[in-house]
Amino acid sequence: MINPKTQNKIAIGTLYGVAGLVVLILMALLGYILISGLPQLSWHFLTAPAKAFLKGGGVGIQLYNSFYLLILAMLISFPIALGAAIYLYEYAKDNWVTTTIRTAIEILSSLPSVVVGLFGFLFFVVKLNLGFSILSGAFALTFFNLPLLTRSIEDSLRTIDTTQREGGLALGLSRWETVTRVILPAAVPSILTGVILSAGRVFGEAAALIYTAGQSAPALDFTDWNPFNISSPLNPMRPAETLAVHIWKINSEGIMPDAKAISSGSSAVLVLAILLFNFAARYLGKRLYKRLTSA
Amino acid sequence: MSKEILTTKDLHLYYGDKEALKGINLNFDAKGITALIGPSGCGKSTYLRTLNRMNDLIPNVTITGTIKFKGQDLYAPSADTVQIRKEIGMVFQQPNPFPFSIYDNVIYGLRIAGEKDKEKLDAVVEKSLRQAAVWDEVKDHLHESALALSGGQQQRVCIARVLAVSPEIILLDEPTSALDPVSSSQIETTLLNLRHDYTIITVTHNLQQASRIADRTAFFMNGELVEVDQTKNIFMNPAEKQTEDYISGRFG
Ligand SMILES: Nc1ncnc2c1ncn2[C@@H]1O[C@H](COP(=O)(O)OP(=O)(O)OP(=O)(O)O)[C@@H](O)[C@H]1O
Ligand SMILES: [Mg+2]
Repeated sequence: MINPKTQNKIAIGTLYGVAGLVVLILMALLGYILISGLPQLSWHFLTAPAKAFLKGGGVGIQLYNSFYLLILAMLISFPIALGAAIYLYEYAKDNWVTTTIRTAIEILSSLPSVVVGLFGFLFFVVKLNLGFSILSGAFALTFFNLPLLTRSIEDSLRTIDTTQREGGLALGLSRWETVTRVILPAAVPSILTGVILSAGRVFGEAAALIYTAGQSAPALDFTDWNPFNISSPLNPMRPAETLAVHIWKINSEGIMPDAKAISSGSSAVLVLAILLFNFAARYLGKRLYKRLTSA
Repeated sequence: MSKEILTTKDLHLYYGDKEALKGINLNFDAKGITALIGPSGCGKSTYLRTLNRMNDLIPNVTITGTIKFKGQDLYAPSADTVQIRKEIGMVFQQPNPFPFSIYDNVIYGLRIAGEKDKEKLDAVVEKSLRQAAVWDEVKDHLHESALALSGGQQQRVCIARVLAVSPEIILLDEPTSALDPVSSSQIETTLLNLRHDYTIITVTHNLQQASRIADRTAFFMNGELVEVDQTKNIFMNPAEKQTEDYISGRFG
């Protein structure tokens, strides 16, 4: 028999080992992407449009498209997810209706994104006749994102102790006031973490977009901000290849001579963007939390 | 006019079909401290929570009988639970300050009610924290998080938070059982200072505490009110055998 102390040491050692391995793999991956990708980066690469046959193209439009889609998808899905989560966790009684909704959300959240993409293609692109467009893409992303976000917000609400709810109600706050003025502010940091994670997933998503937002990135005129003009960056009806789709496309059928370099560069940009987004959101979350909770 | 502020008549409460309160008749005069004592699971918390309708939050609870606050039926269909809870505040066993600053904790109820006048809010904060006997300890860091305080200080901030909405009745469910002896005695002092201005009903497992602070004591057992009297009588000269057994530590 090993004594408990040795056992403990072995267990801790193993856990450290596993954790270390995970960190190592992550570092290796990040390191590889950044080392092969960073040298490709330049202002030109980040802003210039892509070239199909010649070398020296950039990813400016794809990068912009990625952000635009992300923002649109978040603008649509966040309010719905927040409302759904608040309803499910704070108001709904535990009965078969809510159980059914929860099960549906579980199933939706485990759908592979290709399936969501194909559904988006059939429904938004074909049936609703939205074509390959930002809007189709944003709706597909919403479908992809909504269940995950709802669950993560519901989990954030769950982390707030019931004693906080009782405290609010016992002060003579209404249910709604308790939720919006006590529970939500307390849950903001945790909700934000969920939003960041889902934003990362959305930003890097390719499969759901290939057949919805499309695989082409028409030239944009960044001086034209009228959303009804076809070359306006804001136009939601234009096809919009994103960075992640671009990477997929270059690797499967890219014929420009510098395809490898562009793919590495794009990957680095994708990773950097997600990291940057992470830090910015975390900072914002802290600020928001302070604002909500102090005079 | 009677000076009874709160009356309960033939109060029954069922969790599902389990009867947790079996016909409680108990009235409270305005001002002073009443302690609710009794063995674990006898229904003290359940009873206390019927008084500001906190049991509404639990599904499958059925309540019969009447509770009147200043003559108004708390469970009348037209009763406004939000208003009731403003007048009948509650402090819980586990200190539960909001994760905000001390200042914000105290004025939260008022601010949400729409009070904006900074001077008035400042005054309320100071007054409430003084009443809760925690002002001197926190006055220099009002804008720091209430979560950074000790358990006893948190509990007194929670009391101040309730005082700030100026209730008439304050319910406390074992407010000191999660605290160390020093903090407990500070809470006791706080309650003693408040007893002239508020009607205080507190649940406690600590019989010494009941005897130290309560004007009246009510003894519960198995969902029934066995006896209620002046604290002195309950401890020195109980009318019921069960009370005597409990007081002398023969069970519970
Ligand atoms: N939410 C609930 N659902 C079902 N039964 C409950 C619920 N809350 C309490 N009970 C039961 O009601 C009875 C009274 O409980 P209550 O919490 O009022 O006792 P108590 O006197 O406060 O006990 P303690 O001194 O341990 O806090 C107990 O038998 C308990 O198991
Ligand atoms: Mg209790």
